[in-house]
Amino acid sequence: MTDVKKYTFKDFASDQEVRWCPGCDDYVILRAVQKALPEIGRKKEDIVFISGIGCSSRFPYYMDTYGIHGIHGRAAAIATGTKLANPDLSVWVITGDGDALAIGGNHTIHAIRRNVNMNVILFNNEIYGLTKGQFSPTSLLGQRTKTSPYGNTQPPFNPGELAIGANGRFFARISGNKPKELTAMFVQAEQFKGLSFIEVLQNCVIFNDGAHDRVNGKETRPDNQVYVEHGKRMIFGHDNNKGLRLNGLKLEVVTIGENGVTEEDILVHDAHDPDPTLHLMLTRMSNPIVTGIIRAVEEMPFDERFVGQMEERIAASKGITFDDLVESGETYILD
Amino acid sequence: MSNHFSHKSSSELDSVVIRFAGDSGDGMQLTGTQFADTSALMGNDIATFPNYPSEIRAPQGSLFGVSGFQVQISDQDISTPGDELDLLVAMNPAALKTNLQDLPPGKMLLVDSDAFSAKNLKKAGYTTNPLEDGSLDAYRLIAAPMTSRTKAALLDLGMDSKSMDRSKNMFTLGMIYWIYGRSMDHTIEFFQKKFKKKPVVIEANTRALKAGNVYAENLELIATTYQVRPARLAKGKYRIIMGNQATAWGFIAAAKKAKKELFLGSYPITPASDILHELVKHPEFRVKSFQAEDEIAGVTSTIGASFAGDLAITTTSGPGLALKGEAIGLAMMTEMPMVIVDVQRGGPSTGLPTKTEQSDLLQALYGRNGESPVIVVAAHSPSHCFDMAFEASRLALEHMTPVILMTDGYIANGSEPWLIKKLADLPEISPNIAKNPEGWTPYKRDKDSLAREWAYPGMKGFEHRIGGLEKQMETGNVNMQPLNHQEMVKIRAEKVKRVENYIPDLEVEGAQDGDLLVVGWGGTYGALHTAVRSAYGVGKKVGLAHFNYINPFPKNTADVLAKFKKIVVCELNEGQLHKVLLAEHPGHNYFKYNKVQGLPFTVQELMDRFDQVIAHEKVVTA
Ligand SMILES: Cc1ncc(C[n+]2csc(CCOP(=O)(O)OP(=O)(O)O)c2C)c(N)n1
Ligand code: SF4
Ligand SMILES: [Mg+2]
Repeated sequence: MTDVKKYTFKDFASDQEVRWCPGCDDYVILRAVQKALPEIGRKKEDIVFISGIGCSSRFPYYMDTYGIHGIHGRAAAIATGTKLANPDLSVWVITGDGDALAIGGNHTIHAIRRNVNMNVILFNNEIYGLTKGQFSPTSLLGQRTKTSPYGNTQPPFNPGELAIGANGRFFARISGNKPKELTAMFVQAEQFKGLSFIEVLQNCVIFNDGAHDRVNGKETRPDNQVYVEHGKRMIFGHDNNKGLRLNGLKLEVVTIGENGVTEEDILVHDAHDPDPTLHLMLTRMSNPIVTGIIRAVEEMPFDERFVGQMEERIAASKGITFDDLVESGETYILD
Repeated sequence: MSNHFSHKSSSELDSVVIRFAGDSGDGMQLTGTQFADTSALMGNDIATFPNYPSEIRAPQGSLFGVSGFQVQISDQDISTPGDELDLLVAMNPAALKTNLQDLPPGKMLLVDSDAFSAKNLKKAGYTTNPLEDGSLDAYRLIAAPMTSRTKAALLDLGMDSKSMDRSKNMFTLGMIYWIYGRSMDHTIEFFQKKFKKKPVVIEANTRALKAGNVYAENLELIATTYQVRPARLAKGKYRIIMGNQATAWGFIAAAKKAKKELFLGSYPITPASDILHELVKHPEFRVKSFQAEDEIAGVTSTIGASFAGDLAITTTSGPGLALKGEAIGLAMMTEMPMVIVDVQRGGPSTGLPTKTEQSDLLQALYGRNGESPVIVVAAHSPSHCFDMAFEASRLALEHMTPVILMTDGYIANGSEPWLIKKLADLPEISPNIAKNPEGWTPYKRDKDSLAREWAYPGMKGFEHRIGGLEKQMETGNVNMQPLNHQEMVKIRAEKVKRVENYIPDLEVEGAQDGDLLVVGWGGTYGALHTAVRSAYGVGKKVGLAHFNYINPFPKNTADVLAKFKKIVVCELNEGQLHKVLLAEHPGHNYFKYNKVQGLPFTVQELMDRFDQVIAHEKVVTA
């Protein structure tokens, strides 16, 4: 990858006018991706963005790379085909909470299970944006939306739990309004070998404004979000004095310096632990919400296994040709 | 019954039709295949028709568990497994009960008398034993104690009784080999290969086969043996090929000719799964077979692979085609090359999974939202599946559009001799790949074919986005202007229409003009061809136009239709092609003949219908 041109984010912006609502977090995420790409050392022609349908799924039109704006829910399946056809590509799936978890739920869990080496960015605004405000599989119980005027009666999915439950090897959660954090996250996701699943807590200013304010808000964030990093203690809070620790089989929030708690009592994050138990507990926490790379356990990706097996068979078959195939087994001559 | 016996000890026949019927577990498919293969090796033309229940192992002896395999062998070029049986093999009462109606009086009936126990008779609903009550007097009944004779032959091999039973079908086959003067060598070789690691099984099957052969020879009941001479087929190297296998190989060949890798995204479904089963075996040809989580993922992964530059295909049957509809629309809208194979089965819904039908035509033509024409082609025989898989690939790659290839359960599972085609025998395929990035846009078109150029990831300077939203002409940028949309709808349709300039004309067999044009498409060809040949052969002015290309129709279609006084459209559905012809080529004197029983046409019923139509009778559908 030495001959890759030094790009800037502008190289990845297409000539199409971006048409999200002013103030939508999607702009932040788009720019963060465009800024991440110069860092990943891939040629522009080797990068593909594939989406489904939704506000978020308009994304590929704004990228000057290869791209497919697919059909609702199927981005992960389309991308799996692209990756099997050409495993050398850097493939990015852009999807929404409705796209990935409602209509496309099946493809999402199977792409995760297979561990296709690609990056899936879930724009989780807890609402259907494009279709103007119906509840989604991540909308909260009781939430009033266009299709739940008296309050949502369908309990939500937690995308992290779903991803890890589907044997996800990489799961990260991140605020949708922090450009630098996002850029760094996307670079790490690309560097991870296997399917990287990133849930972005994205604000929809029109239909679900403020849904993530508690964790994304400037004032409220420090006490409501713990950003975990591998090898570091899970410390958070305005005064950096709160932390997570295990109490029996439960995670609890403690304050350093209170009740004899010292820094040493705070859990050190091990994103690489193959055992997902603690990762699952972290994704399930709601107060504070855990962000950062919660799980990153590398395992041979599906596309590599798939193509590896093909190459083995090619080697073992010693140059067999199509003509050999049609003449194999029983043939006979009529004359 | 001696009046039915021939006086000669050996007689020559043009063709023989045999049906092997027994329990699903009796190995009838294998027995029939062996007989067919041996006959092909002896130079006969053959055509086979497996007819099996959808239950894998239905309860033993039950009526719905009967599995059948029909084969016709001939000294002539044949294209159906035959209407009327010359020999019915019934391994138990249930098999007899469900198949006897297809055996004309005077023909030979071979049964395993050991299987006609009180229990089995009851299961099949017989109150008296037909072998004893005279109800089979019209047939040349040969009741042989196959089970006990087989056991006697294997006694000293130390096998348990159940294992010995498994060889009784080879005893049966041995008898039939003697009756029709077939050599046992091929089958013995087959045992040696197939059971290489199980010498006891080789020995058991070989002994059973030989025992059956000797038994038949010594049986006075069989007064006559028969010979079917080699057919005068074209010279060359042959193999027996099944339709689904031919389809799979056609795609492998097309990928080679187009210098592309083959990608298959598929989800198992009867009767299409065998294409997937075949292609997964061949990664050595850079065939990438992906078993997806459902049909939607099958087709969308295919779109993704096509976008990445592979010859991408997806295979399914009717219910799966329904699931793929939206994605085929995307492929049509984005103008991506891909092939969708629909191996049709009896519908609607889950319908008759293991039976044949042609009722997905309208779904293939119109089963998508919006104005979304795609190319639709059909294969007409097992070996023709090879040609049409190849042709569908060529059209997809050269015209940048999805192509739906229709086959059906009958030709997919049927087999026939195939004059082997090597790569050098096949035409080149030239995908429309972009070359010059200067000023390139994804929806610029070839001025003749209107095909756009294909550029895929990895190609520098061609980075572009495609999608399902309406796009501006040439640039492909999202565009919702009213007139642009109308124009794009017309261009996409025109592109598909112009494919008529790149496909062969419709050929007419038999009479080139006259009283009756028989029209068909797909897997009914064998029966239609045979029926038309017979009618034409006795001087009737009947011709056959069999459509391999349905959208677009061949350019000369209107000319062909105009040359006949009447047209009868024969289909295994309620009249789907008939409807399309009425709409696209109105003004002719159309009749139709339709059958939806999960079964192929018989030649006889077709000939009867031709006569009716010629006599201008009012036509009632079957
Ligand atoms: C087959 C199909 N069903 C329904 C729709 C309508 N539809 C488009 S986007 C969408 C939901 C989008 O929500 P989400 O995935 O959360 O994306 P967002 O707009 O919030 O980014 C729906 C229901 C469609 N386009 N296609
Ligand atoms: S509707 Fe919501 S998600 Fe969609 S663009 Fe507007 S703010 Fe963003
Ligand atoms: Mg949403």
